Amino acid sequence: MADADYPEDLLYHPEHDWARLDGEEATFGITWYAQDALGEVVFFDPPEVGTPVARDEAYAEVESVKAVSDVIAPLSGEVVAVNDALVDAPERINEDPYGDGWLVRVRLSDPGEREHLMGAAAYAAALP
Amino acid sequence: MPAADSLRADSLRRTPLWERHRDTGARLVDFAGWEMPVQYQGVSPEHLAVRRRAGIFDVSHMGEVETSGPQAPAFLQRVLSNDVERMAVGGAQYSLLCREDGGILDDLFTYRLETDRFLTVTNASRHAEDLAWLSSHAAAFDVDVVDRLENYAMLAVQGPLARELVQAIADDPLPPRMAAARRVLDGHPALVCGTGYTGEDGVEILCDPAAAAPLWDGLVRRGAVPAGLGARDTLRLEACFPLYGNDISEQRNPIEAGLGWAAKEQTGFLGADAVARARAQGTAERLVPFRFSGPGIPRAGNPVIEGGMVTSGTMSPSLRTGVGLAYLPARRAEVGTAFEVDVRGKRRPAVVAAKPLVAPSKP
Repeated sequence: MADADYPEDLLYHPEHDWARLDGEEATFGITWYAQDALGEVVFFDPPEVGTPVARDEAYAEVESVKAVSDVIAPLSGEVVAVNDALVDAPERINEDPYGDGWLVRVRLSDPGEREHLMGAAAYAAALP
Repeated sequence: MPAADSLRADSLRRTPLWERHRDTGARLVDFAGWEMPVQYQGVSPEHLAVRRRAGIFDVSHMGEVETSGPQAPAFLQRVLSNDVERMAVGGAQYSLLCREDGGILDDLFTYRLETDRFLTVTNASRHAEDLAWLSSHAAAFDVDVVDRLENYAMLAVQGPLARELVQAIADDPLPPRMAAARRVLDGHPALVCGTGYTGEDGVEILCDPAAAAPLWDGLVRRGAVPAGLGARDTLRLEACFPLYGNDISEQRNPIEAGLGWAAKEQTGFLGADAVARARAQGTAERLVPFRFSGPGIPRAGNPVIEGGMVTSGTMSPSLRTGVGLAYLPARRAEVGTAFEVDVRGKRRPAVVAAKPLVAPSKP
C-alpha cells in the first residue's frame, strides 16, 4: 500500500506490531512501517493454534525476498486463530496490513498489559 | 521488527547515478562500502522485468583493473585460472584469481581490448585485495597494472529485450555473447560487453562516469526497468552463478565450487597444482543448487542436516519456492538427492537440482 497509515482504533508496540482489542481477545499484525521496511513479504510462518505467546517475545516470522524478521507479540495470551490465507498469499501483509493481512488472533491472559502499548499518534511520532 | 538499516552515508562511496537512485525512491543500503540501490519498486517485479523484458542495473561499484604491456598476456596467464591465450582480441573470459593453495581470491571477467591490453572487472568487496595481489605478482613481468575504478561507470542491461534497447542507441551492431567492442551509444563512447550476471541475454556497458546518467536516462526512457542489487542477487541465484563472499572464498577451491571449467591447469597458473590435485582426488564437498520441496526460505548459513551448509538462499521470484546454493558432501551432491535444511530450528525438505534453476527466456 502506498501511503503510511496508523489507524486510531489500534494499539501499537514499539517493535512495529499492532493489536486490535475485542473483549478478552485481540488480533495482531505488523504495522505499515514494518511491512514497508521489510518490502514484499513472500513467506509467513504462522504459529499453531494453542501456542502461548508472551508480550515482547517473537511468535512468528515474516520473510521478504531478502530477509527474515521476527514478529513480536504486543500482548500475552494464547493463539486461537491464525490467518491461513497468508500461507498462499503473504503479499496481503503488504497490501492490507490492518485488514486481510492480520496474522493471529489471541485470547489475552493479562488484559492489563495494554497499558504498555501506544496509541496511533504516539507510535507515529516515535518512528524514525 | 528490527529497525531499518541505518546508513553511515558520510563514509560510503556513491556511484555517478546515486542522485537518480535517491530521486526514484530506491532503498539504499551499504554494499561493500558503497551506498547502492537494493530495490526500487520491489525485488520480484524487478526480477520478473529482467526475465520477461529488460532491466537496467547500476553496477558502477564493481572495480576495473587494466593490464597492459608486452608481457600482459603472459602475466595474466600466470595469475588467472582460465586460458588467457585462447581469448581473441575483443573476447571476454571468466576466470578465478587463486592463491597458491587453490583458495579463490576473486572471480573475474577479463576483456581483451588489444593484443597486449586487457580490462578485468573485479568484485567491489575484493577490488583492493585483487589490485594488491596483481601488483605484487607483476614485478617479474614487463607489464603495467593500473587501477581503473575511477575511470569507469558500469551499467548492466539484461533481459530478452535488452539487446534491442541498447542496439537502438548504438552506432554499430553489438558484440555477441562473450565478446566486447567499443561502440558509441547516444554519442558516448563505451565498451559494450556481451556478458552479465542474470542468466539472461544482454550487455554490460563500461563508460566514462559522466556518461552514466545520460545513458541510464535514455535506456530507462526506452523501457529498461531500473533493477537493484536485490533482483541481481535473486537472478544470479536462479542462474546458479556464485557470489564471492557467499559461495566462494579463499577457503574454497574452483573444483569444489563447481568452477573447474574455468580452471586450465596446463597453463601453469598460480594455484594450478593445488587445483589439479583437487580435480584428480575429488573434494569432500561440492557446491550445488537446490530447491525446497515444501515451504520455507533457505538463507546463507543454514546448516544441512546430512552435513554441509547453505551459502546462498532466497525465495525464487520465478519458481515461487525456496532455492539456494549449498556445499554438500560430495557423495550426496547428485541431482535429485533429497536432504533437509535446518532453517532456524525447522527442518525443511530440499532436493539437489540441475543448473540452472531457471532457464533463460527465449527472446
